[in-house]
Amino acid sequence: MTDLLAARSQMAMSLGFHIVFAEIGVAMPLMMVLAEWRWLRTGEREYLELARRWAKGVAILFAVGAASGTVLSFELGLLWPRFMKFAGPIVGVPFSLEGFAFFTEAIFLGIYLYGWDRLSRRAHLLAGIAVAVSGAASAVFVLMVNAWMNTPTGVTMAGETIVAVDPVAGMLSPAAFPQALHMVLAAYASTGLAVAGVHAWMLRRRAARGFHRRALIVALWVGAPAALLQPLSGDISARLVADTQPVKLAALEGQFATERGAPLRIGGWPDAQRATTRFALEIPRGLSLLAYHEWNAEVKGLTAFPRSDWPPLAPVHVSFQLMVALGTAMALVSLWAAWVGWRKREIAEQPWLLRALVVVAPFGFIATELGWMVTEIGRQPWVVQGLLRTSDAVTPMPGLIVPFIVFTLLYLVLGAVVVASIAAMVRDTADEPAGGDAREPLEAGA
Amino acid sequence: MTGMFATFGLPEFFAGIIVVALNVYVLTGGADFGGGVWDLLITGPRRERQRDLIAHAIGPIWEANHVWLVLVVVLTFTAFPAAFATLGTVLHVPLALLLVGIVLRGSAFVFRSYGSRTREQRRNWGRIFAVASTLTPLLLGVVIGAVSTGAVGVAQTQIGTVPFRNVYVAPWWSPFPIAVGVLALALFAMLAAVYLAYETRDDALREDFRRRALAAAAAVFVAAFGALAFAHREAPMMRAGLVGSAWALPFQIATGVAALTAIGALWRRRYGVARLAAAAQVSLILWGWALAQFPYVVPPSLTIRNTVAPRITLVIVAWALAAGAVLLIPSLIYLRRTFATRQAR
Ligand code: HDD
Ligand code: HEM
Ligand code: HEM
Repeated sequence: MTDLLAARSQMAMSLGFHIVFAEIGVAMPLMMVLAEWRWLRTGEREYLELARRWAKGVAILFAVGAASGTVLSFELGLLWPRFMKFAGPIVGVPFSLEGFAFFTEAIFLGIYLYGWDRLSRRAHLLAGIAVAVSGAASAVFVLMVNAWMNTPTGVTMAGETIVAVDPVAGMLSPAAFPQALHMVLAAYASTGLAVAGVHAWMLRRRAARGFHRRALIVALWVGAPAALLQPLSGDISARLVADTQPVKLAALEGQFATERGAPLRIGGWPDAQRATTRFALEIPRGLSLLAYHEWNAEVKGLTAFPRSDWPPLAPVHVSFQLMVALGTAMALVSLWAAWVGWRKREIAEQPWLLRALVVVAPFGFIATELGWMVTEIGRQPWVVQGLLRTSDAVTPMPGLIVPFIVFTLLYLVLGAVVVASIAAMVRDTADEPAGGDAREPLEAGA
Repeated sequence: MTGMFATFGLPEFFAGIIVVALNVYVLTGGADFGGGVWDLLITGPRRERQRDLIAHAIGPIWEANHVWLVLVVVLTFTAFPAAFATLGTVLHVPLALLLVGIVLRGSAFVFRSYGSRTREQRRNWGRIFAVASTLTPLLLGVVIGAVSTGAVGVAQTQIGTVPFRNVYVAPWWSPFPIAVGVLALALFAMLAAVYLAYETRDDALREDFRRRALAAAAAVFVAAFGALAFAHREAPMMRAGLVGSAWALPFQIATGVAALTAIGALWRRRYGVARLAAAAQVSLILWGWALAQFPYVVPPSLTIRNTVAPRITLVIVAWALAAGAVLLIPSLIYLRRTFATRQAR
């Protein structure tokens, strides 16, 4: 493994790890607040129980998200010092703002977790809302950084170096809105449907019904609308990629030739040798329609660009296809749940819907990882599209395989423990009927 | 070269803010680490109560303390990107180990509190927590010490021409940086013991931590003189700043007064005073380091002025800092007030 590959792998692993907790950190607080709000509205103790249990889960996951985020901020310097030297003055601004958003989130999460019986009910709910809002804000800010790497704006170059910067223009790069929207929706869809899946599974096992039924509904209120909107948001992203990163679009669609009325390929394996994507099901003119909303639009193919500017084709194309497939499945199951709810039927009584919810539970997180593969690998060989190559950004330190292995082990340990802790928590929920948590008094509010 | 103290502008302001953030991190997060050190060294008949006190003192706002370190990192790469690149390159090894320590510590603490079902599990996580709490401050001190010797800055210019060891190991694996690491550990342990003695209501526990605070204060003295002795050979610039410059004498006196006040107050069981004096002592040591190094970020050639980001970046972040302070300081006070159950003794 070359040093560059080790660095890329370590970065990918760290981000792939962080993003799971980041998504949970964005979406769980919203669910917890919704549950508490339902409790205040209905007085049903199961909702309070739910808010408290979710808050407990958030506490565990938040710490892991914070720790892995801290690692990332160092890793930018440890692995990509020359990227930071180049881009620090511009990406530093959104990163600073993200820092504040995170700070706010941490403070109010502290107030929320430890304030159950020290604050008025209203103040407590407001603290929870502050957590949910700042969590989403932190995702938006950090996505501005990534958007700038894809569509850099606000820099004036002289040769290889930046001579003038406009950080505000950098933050509002063309990709900022589409990516931030797609990411926040992804967080709600992934986490909402994953939690819904857990409770659907508990309902299938006939555990504490009153509790899991309510949990399922709250989780669906967060997950299903987001999953329904996600394909639309993905379309906005794809059209932007078509405009600004034509090589990436060609790679993710497996489009080799430049043509008008390009077909949409479903499946298939891009074969760089023969410059064709094999085994794909082609829908005539589909790609031109989706990417430009026009039957006959011209789509630039890979062969229009030098080979040295191609990203690795197979991972990008396959990841994209899988993301779309998983997203479609999530949207369909969400539609089904919405239909059942709209007809005022009891979702907890629909065995097939519950089964489907269990099946799609992990899809969101998988789709998120795949989507990031598309974005990040699809940008190669550039770390900042068109301005800085990844190979020029990596640290000169040799032996990068060692930190890669060390951090892999660290993340493996962390991941295993997170899974065990959450499993223990969910088991507790199954063992104890709702409202019967002996260790904590249920009276909240002062 | 422009006059050393004549210029004070936005770049110097940012350098100052970074030191302020580091200072807050040392006073809050540092005490958390110190608590972990006492967790490791736990002894005597009141083990469980000591451990509970430590855990209780850390519990609520661990993450909020930790964010100060991230602020230091983010402000450094925003305001002094070239210096950040050098630090990340040459100090890769100790910084990576520091990260391992931080990650294990943070997670182990939460898992001990929320995720463990059996005593066995609690004990294991507690042990990881304590060991990581001890190693991390050591590494933090080592990094700071290494920068101030100038070896980091020199190593950066030698990349590719000398062996791996000389660039990526030698700058930090030497007596002075390690002595600074020991000093940082002793300081954090002292802070934690003083805070804990101040906070507890249990008289026996208070005596336990009073004794520990006094022992740590003695260790600080030894470590500080050790570091100064090594500075003579390895960090002459640092030593010159700390001993020879115009501000050195008043600074040394103030630090000495704070140290003696802390010890005296502990001796006479005046914990409120001891807490303030210990915090002042730690802060003065940190600022002494920063001033001795001024105007260098990474000596001997990277200064505040020659690594600073374009002015527009600083202006925007300065406004963000101001807005953030308006928003966050009241929230932080609110958080503290929510937990201020034991302030009145
Ligand atoms: C729940 C997760 C999820 C789901 C269901 C989808 N996506 Fe996605 N997608 C992501 C999660 C994601 C992401 C959060 O991982 C990415 C990576 C970078 C980004 O902004 O969002 C992403 C990136 C991403 C990109 C690349 C953007 C870029 O490189 O700038 C495109 C073109 C799409 N998506 C398109 C779609 C389409 C057409 C979907 C149809 C169903 C879809 N995504 C579902
Ligand atoms: C918003 C924040 C993000 C930023 C600022 C960011 C930044 C970076 C940087 C600097 C690199 C190394 C240079 C390069 O290879 O281009 C990288 C690579 C990578 N990142 Fe991201 N990233 C972000 C989000 C993510 C997420 C959430 C994932 C999730 C999995 C991810 C996956 C990857 C992968 C797979 C690579 C390696 C690509 C390759 O070299 O083939 N990124 N990222
Ligand atoms: C798409 C990508 C990302 C999203 C959505 C995201 C979001 C978040 C969220 C929500 C948190 C709060 C922790 C939690 O709630 O669990 C967080 C923490 C953090 N993230 Fe990320 N993040 C992303 C990528 C990155 C990248 C690329 C970096 C690094 C450079 C980073 C650095 C951090 C830092 C420093 C923290 C705070 C840790 C602390 O202060 O202790 N994040 N992130």
